[in-house]
Amino acid sequence: MITAFADPFHSLLNLQRALEARLASDWLQDLTTSRGPFPPINVFQQGDDILAIIELPGIDKNDLQIQAKENTIRISGKKAVNYPEGVSVHRQERISGEFDRTLSFPVQLDPDGIKAEYRDGVLALFLPRSASDKPRNVAIN
Amino acid sequence: MASKQELQVQQKRELEKKEETTIPARVFLPTADIYETQDALSVILEMPGVEKSKLDVRVEDGVLKVEGRLDFSKYEGLQPLYTEYNVGHYSRSFRLSGKIDQSKIGAEFKDGVLFLVLPKAEEAKARTVRVK
Repeated sequence: MITAFADPFHSLLNLQRALEARLASDWLQDLTTSRGPFPPINVFQQGDDILAIIELPGIDKNDLQIQAKENTIRISGKKAVNYPEGVSVHRQERISGEFDRTLSFPVQLDPDGIKAEYRDGVLALFLPRSASDKPRNVAIN
Repeated sequence: MASKQELQVQQKRELEKKEETTIPARVFLPTADIYETQDALSVILEMPGVEKSKLDVRVEDGVLKVEGRLDFSKYEGLQPLYTEYNVGHYSRSFRLSGKIDQSKIGAEFKDGVLFLVLPKAEEAKARTVRVK
């Protein structure tokens, strides 16, 4: 079945297009301290909840701090790049240093339900919306 | 006065392909560090989001080629709200200037960073020549 082979590539392409299209979004525009500081972040909606995916390759988990307060998340830490002594460096593209970024979300979050996962150089933050913020069905009498 | 230097976001560079691929997905260049010691060449590549099993490293005709494929199934059912970077596969190749002992290439992958150690072949190592 051809579609079975074609489908995974389509979903990647669709994902890339969707990410591209969202570059113009003003969702966090006025809320974050500024757009574009390190680390770069993608925000997704997963059902009612929010999922933030942050690319942070080569970070020691102990060098990474995540703080949550009301509807803001602060991600701070240190990215270290070490070279052994006495080597001749041909190419140096990786960056190192300290970073500190605060994100404010336009929805109420449940600070106790926040989960963070760091795997393969990607930090995923599961940010559940607080129960009071979720839409509720109104019964009609 | 050591002021803290703020980290800037590195824009992902896209791979310039010589041929067109049949799959219209995007491929990015992993950021790389390369350094050389007396016995080996070390290549460090950043490929966030790639799993160890999806990595491919090979040396052919003096060209080191590294490929990392992204597992995008994790993104299924997610609706983007706000984005600052795009995702895709990674690929990069380097033409090696010296001879490499292919049987002893060491690779380690940790937190999205691939560490490669390419030991120089015996004949390529620098030798001191004593002048009489």
